[in-house]
This record gives sequence, structure tokens and C-alpha cells, in this order.
Amino acid sequence: MATSWLDRLSGGLGRTRDKLGEGINVLLRRGPDVDDAFWDDLEETLIVADMGPGAAADIVGDLRDVARREALPDAAAVIDRLVGAIAGRMPAAENDPLAEDPVTVLFVGVNGTGKTTSVGKIAAAASRSGRKVLLASADTFRAAAIEQLRVWAQRAEVPLVERERGSDPASVVYDALTEARRVGSDMVLVDTAGRLHTSKDLMEELRKVQRVAVAQSVHPVRSVLVIDATTGQNGLVQARQFHDALGLDGIVLTKLDGTAKGGIAVAISRDLGLPILRLGVGEAIEDMQPFDATEFARALVGRV
Amino acid sequence: MFENLSDRLQGVFAKLTGRGKLSEADVDAAMREVRLALLEADVNFAVVKEFVARLRERAIGAEVMKSLTPGQQVVKIVLEELTGLMGGTESRLAFSGRVPNVVMLVGLQGSGKTTAAAKLANLLRKQGRRPMLVACDVYRPAAIDQLETLGRELDIPVYRGEGSDPVAIARASLKAAVADMRDVVIVDTAGRLHVDEAMMDEAARIKTAVKPDQVLMVIDAMTGQDAVTAATAFAERVDFDGVIVSKLDGDARGGAALSVRSVTGKPIKFVGVSEKMDGLEPFHPDRMARRILGMGDVVTLIEKAQETADAEASAQMEDRLRRNEFTLDDFLVQMKQLRKMGSLDEILGMIPGMGANRAALKDAKIDEKALDRTSAIIQSMTAKERVKPALINGQRRERIANGSGATVTDVNRLLKDFVQAKKMIQQMTKQKGRFRGGLPGFGQGM
Ligand SMILES: Nc1nc2c(ncn2[C@@H]2O[C@H](COP(=O)(O)OP(=O)(O)O)[C@@H](O)[C@H]2O)c(=O)[nH]1
Ligand SMILES: Nc1nc2c(ncn2[C@@H]2O[C@H](COP(=O)(O)OP(=O)(O)O)[C@@H](O)[C@H]2O)c(=O)[nH]1
Ligand SMILES: [Mg+2]
Ligand SMILES: [Mg+2]
Repeated sequence: MATSWLDRLSGGLGRTRDKLGEGINVLLRRGPDVDDAFWDDLEETLIVADMGPGAAADIVGDLRDVARREALPDAAAVIDRLVGAIAGRMPAAENDPLAEDPVTVLFVGVNGTGKTTSVGKIAAAASRSGRKVLLASADTFRAAAIEQLRVWAQRAEVPLVERERGSDPASVVYDALTEARRVGSDMVLVDTAGRLHTSKDLMEELRKVQRVAVAQSVHPVRSVLVIDATTGQNGLVQARQFHDALGLDGIVLTKLDGTAKGGIAVAISRDLGLPILRLGVGEAIEDMQPFDATEFARALVGRV
Repeated sequence: MFENLSDRLQGVFAKLTGRGKLSEADVDAAMREVRLALLEADVNFAVVKEFVARLRERAIGAEVMKSLTPGQQVVKIVLEELTGLMGGTESRLAFSGRVPNVVMLVGLQGSGKTTAAAKLANLLRKQGRRPMLVACDVYRPAAIDQLETLGRELDIPVYRGEGSDPVAIARASLKAAVADMRDVVIVDTAGRLHVDEAMMDEAARIKTAVKPDQVLMVIDAMTGQDAVTAATAFAERVDFDGVIVSKLDGDARGGAALSVRSVTGKPIKFVGVSEKMDGLEPFHPDRMARRILGMGDVVTLIEKAQETADAEASAQMEDRLRRNEFTLDDFLVQMKQLRKMGSLDEILGMIPGMGANRAALKDAKIDEKALDRTSAIIQSMTAKERVKPALINGQRRERIANGSGATVTDVNRLLKDFVQAKKMIQQMTKQKGRFRGGLPGFGQGM
């Protein structure tokens, strides 16, 4: 790979940025007038970013008030405020569970969002920074999920605890935490099977995994929801259900290297008061980026 | 969950009671609700805009203005228009006469391609074909293992070829298929972003190498506004023939399906409804339309019941139903079938108006234990009692409770459920004319 780590990261987000930036630039090209059509276009831009019609109307409503109250001079001034309005909706991580030491973290979410890949990337970064990481493969359902995590464990050069496919995922977690105690790991990352939040049985299975983790872990146990940036409004329902079931501690937002803007994450973060912890910006081991609300909001509105 | 369109429009039109006719402002209000409902269902913004404009014209026309139930009238028109937009029900894959036929799957990362490839192989085999799977995802860790595992479970051969050039693997697979007398080849490819030039080019080269009869794009039902961007790019670079919408077993409204169909013009061929290998079904535009509007899906529910029911037992049951002889034995059979149909949650999601109530029913669950308890109770009844539950008086209830290790309350509840189920079946029988198989007769006791 010729490109540097940082290049790739900003390249990934850059595309997100460009796309929404395009929308905003169109807005600006309309001229400085802040008329009804401007507000409509602004709302459209936010909806197309998957922020949802409700949140979009909210943000535009707030901005309209501000524009009137403060007599904002032109469209550019309004858009500058937009950055603040979006960033203001996302709480900062007071305690980043991925920086907590020691810690056990469960990675959960619906199917195919990027849980396993994120576990691999986070393990690599933590291990490089000197943490003693251990991985647990609690996806005992999907074909070759264990093999996939095994590859990531090798790449990240961290140990993996696994059992054969079809075993009880809670028992893998039990084994992993026993092993963690034995070898003195300070960070246990648990990869779980994707599951739709509508499946009662699978959500109950996940609760059991969490219960076992809490009972066995000598470290605090955290749960992180992995959301795909292409997700639409259903993401909010997903997040609520996983939050109800487990009490989430944060969000990892993946696949921001495409054109999807991940606006649903703003809605989730705002609605549930959950911090976004990391951004996935590619399939390579280094494609994980820290989250900064203002930067993210700037990237969304194309103002960097 | 969001409100369904029907409820929303009722809200709008409820304010208008007493007035005979709708004004244009009323229609505007209704259109706002339609727009919101579609956007919340992830229908693409541009598609919504166009759709609402067309709808307004129809709504302003005489149909709605004069209707006594304007809300229902609008819903009806929206359903018609949406269904029309999604095209026909042609789920069959058009194959040429050559051997082997080739199907190629493409899509974004994690959309469900590998799973769909295996499901499709399974489906084609059921139709009498001899499929072979081809593993062309050389990038994602263990992607080939994944396909091989699924192939092994299905007992369908998987070709992995040599080296790490997906184009070469795909090309070589055709010869391997001929040698193994396989008549259809399903090529699973790596997930790729539509903005990834090199990867899009690779997909186009695989296509050129194997000249598929069908290229299908797999799209996650949970996708938001960006579905259109991705699908448009795939249509330009790879030119696919149809769409598989995956993960419809959740509660995503699936507006992405409509958007992709309406922007690319490519038909939706199949939907994925579980992680299991039999979870691939034909696409039904009318059901999808109701789903997008959050209006439940009774047809699927009934069909699901029919599929799960064993045909002979159903025929007998139908007969007895017609003679109004539904017994507690039948009830037990029905409940066992219900259990086979899937989770209660899933079933509830298909019933109109249940969307909103689902949260309240969160703890309701048909678990094996409750089913065991129910069957114990029924088995503690005499044959006569099972056929004629009216016989079961207080004394008998106590005996049954003791015999089955349940409480009298349990027995009472079961009998109540039974009466309700019987009523429901009678209604369904009337509605459907012919009733085959299972019924959604879930009670609290289960
Ligand atoms: N482009 C891109 N692809 C990703 C990213 N994260 C994960 N993926 C890909 O998405 C697919 C599903 O990821 P996986 O980790 O297996 O998801 P899981 O089912 O949630 O464990 C794989 O093809 C990954 O390579 C990301 O940030 N960007
Ligand atoms: N619930 C559900 N899960 C599905 C469906 N199709 C695929 N999946 C899951 O989605 C995830 C990604 O699927 P996969 O086939 O690996 O996607 P690919 O990366 O596109 O090949 C896996 O966890 C699958 O089990 C479906 O129709 N329903
Ligand atoms: Mg995984
Ligand atoms: Mg795959």
C-alpha cells in the first residue's frame, strides 16, 4: 500500500465530505439569500445524509430561529452555524471504553455491519500502543466467522480464544475471561454474531453473553454497537433495541469510506445520548479513525 | 416504530370531520404525511419528490375529494402507485440455453452476497438444477471458507480455483463446472464500494470473463438514502439484471428496494428473510408496498402458515373447519405449527396495526416450555373433552390441572385461548374462502 495511514483515513472521510459538501456547495451557489427555497434545500441535504426527516426538520427549525434572532447575514453564515448545530447533538465520550484500562468490550450489532473487522482494527491499534489484548470469538453461528477473526488476530498479533462453531457463545466468553485472568490481559474484545434486533431469542442470547461476561470479568464490561454508515432510519430502532437489551456505552460507525454520510449516527447519538467512539474508513487494519464531533460535522457539511 | 401511513392519515382527516369535501389545503396536509412516511421508510428523497407530485394530481382528482373516507382513499391510491412502481412479480431467472448457465452476485460489503449465493444454489437445486458455487472473494478474511462451509452444509460443490485473481478463478470455474456436469454456476464476488475504481473494474472484468445470464445486485433492506447512489454506479459499471433485497426479516421498512427499482429500473427478484439456507423468497410488490407504509403483511402471514402446515393434516383440518368441528387436538397441532413458523415477534410484525403494539408485547413469547405445558394440559383431557370443551366444568378443570401439573388458571386461560382461536379461524375461513393449515391463534398462555 503506497498511501500513508493518515492519507487513507482522510481520503476515506474526504469522499463522505465531498459528497455532502457538494450538496452544501450547491446551496451556497444559490447565492447569499436565505429564503424559503434555501431552507428547503438545506433540509433536503440533511435528509439525503440519512439524518432522518424528523431530525432534519428540527435542525433546520433551530437554525431558522437563530438566523432570525441573530440576523445572520447570508447563507454561508447559516451553514457555519449548521456545523455547530450538528456537533452539538452528539455527546462527547466522557469515558471512552476503548481507552479504558483494564476493560472487556462486547461488539454487537445487526448482520454485516463490520463488527469482526472493527474488533481486528481496534485490537491492532491497542496492541501497538502497548495494551495486552485478547480476542474472543463469540460468533459461533455464521459460517467461517471464527476463521475470519482468527485472521484478524494474526494480523493484529494478539491471542484468540475460540470454540468450535455451534457452541454456546456465552461459554466462549467464559473461556476467554478465564484465559484473560490467567495471562493478565488488560483488554478483552469480544466479537459477537450479527443479529437483528427483532429476534427475541438472539437478543436474549446476547444478554446471556453479557451476564456471563459481567460475572467472569475482573474488568469492567462495556458494550459497543457497530453501525454501518449506509444504514437508514432503521438504525435508530436497532440502536434503541440493543440499548434496551444491554445498556450500550458507545458506537463505532463503519464504512464511511463510501458515499454514505452516516447521518443516522447523529440521530442515534442524539436520541440515546451515546458517544461515537471510532470511525471505520476501509477494510485494511489501519482504517480506523478517532471521532471528533466538530470534525465529523464539518466533514458532513463539507466545511473543513 | 414509526406510525403507519393509515394511522397518520386518519390523524389528518380526523380534524376535518363534519365537512363534506376536501380542500386543496387538506390534500396538502395529506401529502405531507405521505412524504414523511416514505422518507422515514428510507425511500430516496428524489424518488419521494416525484412520487408525491404524481400522487397529488390523483388525489386532487375526484376520487379523494368526493370520498366519504378520504384517508382510506389516499392510502389505497398510495398502495396502488407504490405497487406499480415496484413492477411485476417475476422472480424467475431468465437463463439462456447454454450450459452451464451463470449467475453473478455483486454488491457492497456485508450486504449478504455470500449468503444469497448459497441460498440461491439451494433454491435452484430444488428446481432440479445442478448448481456449483464459485468463490471469487479473495479479499475478505475467510470469505472462501465461509462459502465452502455453506456449500458443504448444503452438499453443493464450491470451486475455489487457484491463485488470487478473481477473474481467473471465475473463468476457470466454467470448465470445472462442465467437467463436473454442473448446469448452473453461481459466482460469489467480494464486497466493493461503488467509488472504488479498481474494484468496480474488477467486477466488470469478471463479468466479461464469464458472461453471466444474470447479474444480481444484493442490497441490504436496512440501507438508507445512499442505496440509489450505489445502485446507480453498479448499474453503470456492471449493468446488473435484478436485485436481491436481503435481511427483510427485520423491521426495516425497506424503502431502499423501492428507490433502487425506481431509479435503475432493475426488477427485484428475491428477498432474503433469514440467515438460514431456505431464507430466500420470491418478491411481492404489493406486500413490499404495505411494508414500506408500515401496514403489515397479512398475506405473508397466511402463506407462512400454509407452508409450515403439512398438507394432509391441513386438508383434514379444512374439512373439519367447514363442519365447524375444530377441537382442542386441532388447537394443539396449530400451536405446534405456529411455533415452526417463527418467532411471535416476527409474526406480530406481519399483522396490520401491530407495529405499534409490538413494544407492549415485548415479553410475549411462544417458548417450548409454554408449549409443553399447553400440550400437557390438553393431554390430560379425555378424548371427549377435547372434542367438546363445553363439557369441561369446574371439577373437570381441577382434575385436568392436577393431571398436568398446571393450575386451574392455566386451564382456564387455555380454554379461553381456544375459544378465541376458533373464532379467528372461522373469520379467516370466511375471508379466504379456502383455509389451509395454520392459524395465528396465539394467546397469553403460550
Ligand atoms: N469499505 C469498508 N468496508 C468495511 C468496513 N468495515 C468492515 N467492512 C467490510 O464489511 C464486510 C462485513 O464486515 P464484518 O466485519 O465481517 O461484519 P460483521 O458481520 O459485523 O462482523 C466485510 O467485507 C468487511 O471487509 C469499513 O469501514 N469500510
Ligand atoms: N437476518 C438475515 N441475515 C442475513 C441475510 N442475508 C445475509 N445475512 C447475514 O448478513 C451477514 C453478511 O452476510 P454475507 O453473506 O457474509 O455478506 P457479503 O459480505 O455480502 O458476502 C451475515 O451475518 C449473514 O448471516 C438475511 O436475509 N437475513
Ligand atoms: Mg462478524
Ligand atoms: Mg461475501
